[in-house]
Amino acid sequence: MDWRNIIAKNIALMLKDGDFVNLGVGVPMLVGNYIPDDITVILEGENGSAGLGRQLPFEGIYDDAETFERWENEHRGDQGDYRTGHKDMANAGSNVSTLIEGACTFDVPTSFGILRGGHLDMTVLGALQVDEYANLANWVIPGRRVNGMGGSMDILAGTKNVTIAMQHEAKDGSAKILRECTLPLTAVHCVTRVVTEKCIMEFIEGGEAAAHDRNGTKRGHYRVTAMYPGVSEEEVQSACEAELEFVSRSEMKSMAE
Amino acid sequence: MDKVIEMKDAMKLIHDGDTVMISGFGNIGAPCNLIMAMSETELRDIDLICDNLGETVRGFDQCAERLLQQKGMIKKATCDFIGPNPRAGRRIVDGELAVTFVPFGTLAERIRCGAYGIGGFYTKTGVGTLVEEGKETKVINGEKYILELPLRADVSLVKAWKADRMGNALFKYTGENMNTIMAAAGDIAILEAEEIVEVGEIDPGDVRLPGPFIDHIVHCPREVL
Repeated sequence: MDWRNIIAKNIALMLKDGDFVNLGVGVPMLVGNYIPDDITVILEGENGSAGLGRQLPFEGIYDDAETFERWENEHRGDQGDYRTGHKDMANAGSNVSTLIEGACTFDVPTSFGILRGGHLDMTVLGALQVDEYANLANWVIPGRRVNGMGGSMDILAGTKNVTIAMQHEAKDGSAKILRECTLPLTAVHCVTRVVTEKCIMEFIEGGEAAAHDRNGTKRGHYRVTAMYPGVSEEEVQSACEAELEFVSRSEMKSMAE
Repeated sequence: MDKVIEMKDAMKLIHDGDTVMISGFGNIGAPCNLIMAMSETELRDIDLICDNLGETVRGFDQCAERLLQQKGMIKKATCDFIGPNPRAGRRIVDGELAVTFVPFGTLAERIRCGAYGIGGFYTKTGVGTLVEEGKETKVINGEKYILELPLRADVSLVKAWKADRMGNALFKYTGENMNTIMAAAGDIAILEAEEIVEVGEIDPGDVRLPGPFIDHIVHCPREVL
């Protein structure tokens, strides 16, 4: 498996039956592919749904304008439904999607009432940087064009369990797990855990050296609780600027392959 | 009462310099026909409020993109996302388009405030980020919140699946998105409806978008791309 799928699978294995979860675009979205069949997880779509289908059985309909138009005309109004697909039923990536039985749809203010209001059990998002204050940066790189933050800031402001799905180090080899983020933040003090292709880290609040950052949030640290088979502690630590804590060899879990 | 009008008459209701809200999440629940008609007008200096500024998904232009292609039409935009839209990006870099990014949930709630007579709200969204800069903050129950102010529009362009001639409307699935709040937040609300039925055919208990929010309806059975 590539790094994306390793991360997605390991996050999916943390989910419990009945969990209400939001998956960000990109790697987080892949988590849906690995949810065990014997549990039901309700996936939230920020544009107004709870109970998104796990897959998009619609590959091909976007191939050309004629195909899409034909599909759209056969799945509009009272034709087509949440099982077969409908032109007005889309996920947060604006792609048409099915819903599971028992799903519901609503407007955007209600959707963000769910997200901001703390009604989710977990949210999974990608990150450019995280730091020892549990801060997260993922929406803008100075000097590059801004795409906009979408709904990420609202989701982070309200969800208690924020699981970050990201590659262990940046493509240019620079660290992503820092003492303090250098990029503009998406949200402060929000990260619960980080899952990379090398390890799973839990954010531990406070500690003896309780320094504060400019927002007054307390410094903490990341505790590595699981590692991918064959990966060493040195490999995990050397790619991070933040000082990590490793649980003892006997407590250290092995990530799913 | 019959609020149904012709497209050309609907376009006369928008004026240069107006603030215009356009609903939709991508093309879902977006009044594509109203947008296309607007893009063919000579309107200038419009202050646009929408979710997504013309992202291109799998090669399909999102509707709002059509407005950006008209030089001078959109002066300012308030939205939460552009996506990988090279044209919008170039306009911003060239200084032709001033974009204010607002978190999606905050955008929706600001519109809801504007719609329902609320003077603003405190939110944790954006605390400690660039979004907080220049805004009043308040500590409530030990946590910091940002004051966000309401948004209204001169004209709102919204979309529904089915509407009666009084403007009572229904949606399918995620088609509602910001349509109801935007309709209520516009001094003039123009509804694009796929199907129009006679008054009395929609059960009052099923209505999602109350007719009194709608001023005019344009019947558009098919989307245009």
